[in-house]
Amino acid sequence: MTIGDIERSPAAELAAQAGLTPIGRRPSLFAYIASIWERRYFLAAFARSRLTADNSESRLGQLWQVLNPLLNAGVYYLIFAVVLKTTSSIDNYVPFLITGVFIFGFTQRVIVTGSKAITGNIGLVRALHFPRAVLPLATVWEELLKTGTSLAVLSVIVLAYREPLTWNWLQLPVVIFLQLLFSAGVALAFARLTASISDVAQFLPFAMRIWMYLSGVMYSISAFISRHDGQEWVVVLLQINPAAVYIQLARGSVMKSAPAAVTDWYLGIAWAVVAFVIGFVFFWRAESSYGRG
Amino acid sequence: MAAAEEMTARSAQQGTPTVVVDNLHITYRVMGPKPAGARTDSTSALRRVLTRQNAPGMREIKAIRGVTFVANHGDAIGLIGRNGSGKSTLLRAVAGLLPPVDGVVYTNSQPSLLGVNAALINSLSGAQNIMLGGLAMGMTPSEVREKYASIVDFAGIGEFIDLPMTAYSSGMSARLRFAIAASVSHEVLLIDEALATGDAEFRRKSETRIRELRDEAGTVFLVSHGLGVIRETCNRAIWLDKGLIAMDGDVDTVLDAYEELVER
Repeated sequence: MTIGDIERSPAAELAAQAGLTPIGRRPSLFAYIASIWERRYFLAAFARSRLTADNSESRLGQLWQVLNPLLNAGVYYLIFAVVLKTTSSIDNYVPFLITGVFIFGFTQRVIVTGSKAITGNIGLVRALHFPRAVLPLATVWEELLKTGTSLAVLSVIVLAYREPLTWNWLQLPVVIFLQLLFSAGVALAFARLTASISDVAQFLPFAMRIWMYLSGVMYSISAFISRHDGQEWVVVLLQINPAAVYIQLARGSVMKSAPAAVTDWYLGIAWAVVAFVIGFVFFWRAESSYGRG
Repeated sequence: MAAAEEMTARSAQQGTPTVVVDNLHITYRVMGPKPAGARTDSTSALRRVLTRQNAPGMREIKAIRGVTFVANHGDAIGLIGRNGSGKSTLLRAVAGLLPPVDGVVYTNSQPSLLGVNAALINSLSGAQNIMLGGLAMGMTPSEVREKYASIVDFAGIGEFIDLPMTAYSSGMSARLRFAIAASVSHEVLLIDEALATGDAEFRRKSETRIRELRDEAGTVFLVSHGLGVIRETCNRAIWLDKGLIAMDGDVDTVLDAYEELVER
């Protein structure tokens, strides 16, 4: 319906005279951000309650937050260090691997659970009125709450493998924050995509797996430069991919043998800002369509 | 649009308009069983994706097919019609929860849908759900705490309040949902079959509460199959048939005509 049509309709004229406004129209970006801020209590309570609901569903509860990445790391250790013996060039492989698995796992969980934020709560979307971005943002917040224990376990393991406790460790929360911002942006974008095309949810796990294998979680990307003679751009592409950047920054914070470069910091900040802004705006643009049957 | 002009003329005689529904169309898209002989192989699926065609078996259900009316301040409007005539869909669209394919709903404030379907998290306790539901409706934590006791009391579910909602009977969870939703007053209030839940005692309590909310609200919409309830609480009725307005007017006139048709 064009604006001309609306002006011609007598019902619309009557509505305009009475000062009524169309419902279900997308609010302006600033109004939208303000309305999300108004529901911040709901956002936090929703994240907390999902956390308790999750934990009450299995016997080991929150322990799985830590067990899951540890078991994953165990599998990769078995395959890459014990069976294939591909890790000899990496100093102190266990902290290297554990950091990679924890950091990538965080991004992965934020994106996968965030992508289902609308479709998984469609009843809530159809029953109550609130800015829809609250839902994906609440799942992001939930993952951040969960990650506290994992980070403690990560630190203990890394220290147990005789990495020194240095001032660089203070960078780790900054890395997590940047990574969170990046992952939240991607999660918002996928929440919109999944809400309109449900097949996206099926495809996402495979995309995440390819991404993981390309991000140097269990191997060192820089060690591959020699194997791509004349095609260094392949390695550069792998190194500037956001997951690799955040893993590299995290390793740089907790490991003496894997210092992060300044360019990694620039890349990490750029990815975080760009992904979050684009993801948020992309999600907001479809605000009035969520919940369509 | 002669109907709209007539409607405009009528509303001029009455109070100020609070809700204007202009040529509203709502369509649901659902995946049903594929029709016989439809091509289901992956190449044709890919072709459909590329040409942006709907999959075979993707049905479009036109639930509302062009509805126009004006509701005024002080109106209590009963929506009647058979199952599947679009009553609940219309209510959800007025609440802004179902995006229309065409047409516009104009309101003076955010309407609130008071339904038994307000989805809560079933693995959480009733107490947690009260907090969550209240916050989702835009209350602050302290406002929810203030109203907590009265919500629990109204729902009347006693010590079950600390148990997860999976342990509730369907009547109990419906009562809790209603109690949460009814805890705030609204300018435009939409009530969907809420009166049909619970036992006789709860029904009496909720009818009283709805009457209170009606007095506080400017405009009330009520969906119910109980024509007695509508006759008692509404001054106007809209009869929906297959997504179109069959009749709109004074509650007794419309209900008499409807009853005559149903009895025949």
